[in-house]
This record gives sequence, structure tokens and C-alpha cells, in this order.
Amino acid sequence: MTDINAPRGPASPPKPAVRTARPSVMQRAAAERTQTTIGRRRVVNVVMVGVTFGAAILATLPLIFILGHLIVAGASSINVDFFTQIPKPPGEAGGGMANAMVGTLVLILAASAFGLPIGIGAGLYLAENRGTHLANAVRFLSDVLNGLPSIVMGIFAWQFLVKPMAKFTALAGGIALGAMMIPLVTRTTEEMIRIVPVSLREAALALGYSRWRTSLVVVLRTALPGIVTGALVAVSRIAGETAPLLFTVLGNQFWSASLREPIAALPLQIFNFAISPYDQQHALAWAGALVLIGIVLIISLAARFATRSRFGLGGD
Amino acid sequence: MSLQIVGTGNRERGTEAPRSVGSQFPVPDSRHPGNIQAKDFSFWYGPKQALYDVSITIPARAVTAFIGPSGCGKSTFLRSINRLQGLIPGARQTGAIELDGENIYSASLNPVSLRQRVGMVFQRWNPFPKSIYDNVAYGPRINGTASRSKIDEIVEQSLRRAALWDEVKDRLRQSALGLSGGQQQRLCIARALANEPEVLLLDEPASALDPIATQKIEELLYELRSELTIVIVTHNMQQAARVSDYTAFFYLGRLVEVNNTGQLFTTPREERTEAYITGRFG
Repeated sequence: MTDINAPRGPASPPKPAVRTARPSVMQRAAAERTQTTIGRRRVVNVVMVGVTFGAAILATLPLIFILGHLIVAGASSINVDFFTQIPKPPGEAGGGMANAMVGTLVLILAASAFGLPIGIGAGLYLAENRGTHLANAVRFLSDVLNGLPSIVMGIFAWQFLVKPMAKFTALAGGIALGAMMIPLVTRTTEEMIRIVPVSLREAALALGYSRWRTSLVVVLRTALPGIVTGALVAVSRIAGETAPLLFTVLGNQFWSASLREPIAALPLQIFNFAISPYDQQHALAWAGALVLIGIVLIISLAARFATRSRFGLGGD
Repeated sequence: MSLQIVGTGNRERGTEAPRSVGSQFPVPDSRHPGNIQAKDFSFWYGPKQALYDVSITIPARAVTAFIGPSGCGKSTFLRSINRLQGLIPGARQTGAIELDGENIYSASLNPVSLRQRVGMVFQRWNPFPKSIYDNVAYGPRINGTASRSKIDEIVEQSLRRAALWDEVKDRLRQSALGLSGGQQQRLCIARALANEPEVLLLDEPASALDPIATQKIEELLYELRSELTIVIVTHNMQQAARVSDYTAFFYLGRLVEVNNTGQLFTTPREERTEAYITGRFG
């Protein structure tokens, strides 16, 4: 170790004695400025923290109000009958929305059967062929489709499905809802596949996997939790759609699970009961809204759960 | 200091039959499969040429190390041996790489069957996000082994060959991502071995590992070299000296010199080789 107090070199001249350490003029001025502004700065800080905190609370308030009101107005109508009975004629007490729940389930299944394979396939194509003109065009159009108002989708389905068949059917509703799922599923699938590391792809190729098999078995499999989440988010998005259903499935006061008949659906039933003149039906509409929110909530929770895969990406 | 161990590491532990009798240069060992011969092999990424007329013999049942500064083409050449590099858009090559006399770039050879014969281990270990067992079973399953007991057998044998069995035998069904880095890398070696390859390519397999894990990998390569051809790219010259029988020095896309490892490190013929191994550049 060198002695830091030792003279550096033979030629170093004796330094002038340093007087007591005092801040320079500039340093004193800066310190004074800080003293005069520190109070104001503290206030601004508190205000800004308060504003963002308030915004965070306000962001959740609508949901809390809606849920609270739904529970107050609708919970009293939820009973066994609500889940097992079909609606009674106007004015009669009792009845439920069992057929509408079954109808919503059928519509979700039909929409998924139509929308998921197309969406996932398109997403896989986009991820594996990024940069090509076709991929860029598809990506752009799918973003446009994603922003398409659902009422437009309903009119479209009416024009090209309901009118030619001369009948309102659950199938037309399922296809309209499925078409709304496609862009969402496509984009989430693409994003999820993109984050699969190249090294995994190479590992599979180096083991003698062909390209399509690598895509299907390794890439898609690794991205699966994310894709499932995307699919469930898409399902919860369409579960509450009303506008496309007005033009396609019409609604039904009776039991029906057939794809070739008009079918009941929760959002439609809520709409019809809410605009009816009977208090009894208003209460059922509130209850239906509560159940619908419950279904969407359960799907969202399922999506959360699906992402927690045992062998998920991550780790080291 | 480190150069003293040059060429002694392998020999201390005693070699079997003398290799390449009469010559220090690598010559094909016709008694075993897995001899590689490159003939005027050049490679381009689009307009940029990465390899210039590489001609080299990589003998079976030996460890050949590729050394050289970053960007010298050693990884490109390694990845050309199983045609993984050809997947990059715009890549093309001329010349030939022969595996036991057959040009691997000939149209009649399916890259899928080539990659079954030429396994690969990457710099960054890349186990699939699956169980330890499934990782090793991946190759045999895809390459036509259907019987469950047979796959069980292959998995155990491959893990033993990769010196990993004792550490994982009680947790085969757990996620491979829960293993340590060194264990994951040995798992990747086991996964490659499960395909019963003739050649094993390793692209800087220990560069991200601590010294203990590195030592395990090196010991493993020493064991494995009696069973198959091993080609290893490394930035670490001591590692090349420790594990390899032959060393090839690449510089600016050209193969400068290839020789018996001891010869290359002690009496290099080329000035550029000497400059590199003595640390004057690179």
C-alpha cells in the first residue's frame, strides 16, 4: 500500500495551507434556494400522491358501485327457481332464467368452436412468418376487426346468415360472436408465441423435429398457458355481448339448446326484462345481470389460474 | 502457467488405442462412424460471407475444439454441421461437409434424419419447460420409439451417460427448470444423447457455468469421447487444452490451423495462432 500522504514526486511544490472548510458562494446559493423552496415542494409532493391515489380509487369505484347495486337489487331474486325455471308469462310471480343461462353456454361453445381454431391458427401463422407482406396485412386487418363495433357485426351476420336461412338461429349468433373473438385470439396467440425463446425452437430442431412439428409440439405447447388466457379473455368479452344477438338469435322464452333454432341468452333476457313494464321482471333482470357478472368473473379467475402452469416459462 | 497443462490432461488419464497413428494431424478413423470432413466449405449470411473455404477433418471418437475470437465463424461452422444454420433466411453455402462420406447438404439427405445423427448442445441451456423425464424422452419419442419400458430404459441410460442420474433419479417427474444451471446443461446433453447420435456438437457449453459445473461438463466430455465424435466451440483456451484431442483455430472466417492440441498450443505453425494463444489479440 502506498501512503497517500506521502509526497507524490520530487518536484511537487508545497501546497498552500487549506483554511477551514467552507462552502463556496455557489454552494451556499444553492443551499439557500433549497431552503426557500423546500416547503412548496413538500406540498406539491403530497398533493400529487393524493391525486394519483384518488384516481386509483376512482378507477375501481364503478365496479364496486355496480356490484353493490346488483347485489342489492338482484340478490333477493336469486333462488333455486332462478337457476332451474324458465321465465313465467308477464305479470306472474316466480320463474327464472335457466334457459338463458343454457343459451349463453351454447353460444359461448359455438363461438369458441368457430373462433378459437381460426384465431389460434392465424396467430401461429403470424408468429412464424412475421415480416412477410401477408402477415403484416393480416395483422393490420385483424386490429381493425378488433375495433369493429359489435352492432356492425350483428348487422353483418343478419345480412349474410339470418337472411339467407330465413330464420333466426343460435348458429348465426355463435358465428357472429366467434368472429368477434378471432382478432383477439389471433393477437394474443401471436404475442405468446413470440415470447417463446428461440433457444427452445433450436433445441427441438436439433433433436430432429421437423419445422411444423416444432411449431406445434414445442412452441404452441410452451405458449399454451398464455393462449388459454387469451381465449378465456375473449370468451368473457363476448359472453356479455348483446348487440350481435339482437340480430341473430332473437331470444326465446322456452327451453332450447338447438343451434338451428332461436335461443335465449342472458344479455338478451336482461335487455328484454329491463325494458318491460313489470317490477317482477325488473328484479329478474337485476338478478340476471348479477349472474352474468359472476360468470365473467369466474372465467377471469380461470384465466388467472391457467397462467400458473407447473412447468411455465421462467424459472432460471 | 496454464499452458503447462496443455496436452497432458487427457494423456495423464491414460488413452486407449493411439489415435491417428503416424500423424499429429487429424485423420478419419475408419473403424468408427461419425467422421466429418469439410471440403472448401463457404457460408454466407445474405451478402456477408462468414466462412471461407474451410477444409478440415474431424475424426470419430475424439474431441475436436474450435477456438478463435468472437465473430471468427467457429459457431457458424459448428451449426453448419447439423444444418441448423441453414434455417436462417438468406443463408447459403458452397462446398461440402461430409459425414462418413455422405454430403450432408445433398438434396437426398433429410435434415431431420441428419439432426438425429448429429446432436447439439447450446451455450445457453434450453430444457423444455417440462419434466426431467419428458425432456430426455423427447428425442426417442419423435424418432419412433413407442414402447414405454424402452423409453424408460433410454431415459435412465442417457441420464447416466450424462452423469446426472444420481442427482435426479428421485425427481424425474419434476420440472427441469428447477435444476441448477450446470444440471440443466447436463440434462441437455442427456437429451441429445438419448437420440444415440454419432456426433455431438457443443456450442460453448460451459461459458455460463461456474468452475465446478464446468469441470463436471469437461469430465463428461472426456468420458463420452470413447463413444462418439465430439466437437466443441469454446472461448476458453485452457478448456480447449484440457478437453480436446485436436484444436482448430479460426480467424476472420478462415480455418487458420488445425492440429493435435498439444502441438497447436506449444508449437503453432502459424504466427496468427501463436499471437492468439499467447493473448496478443482476441
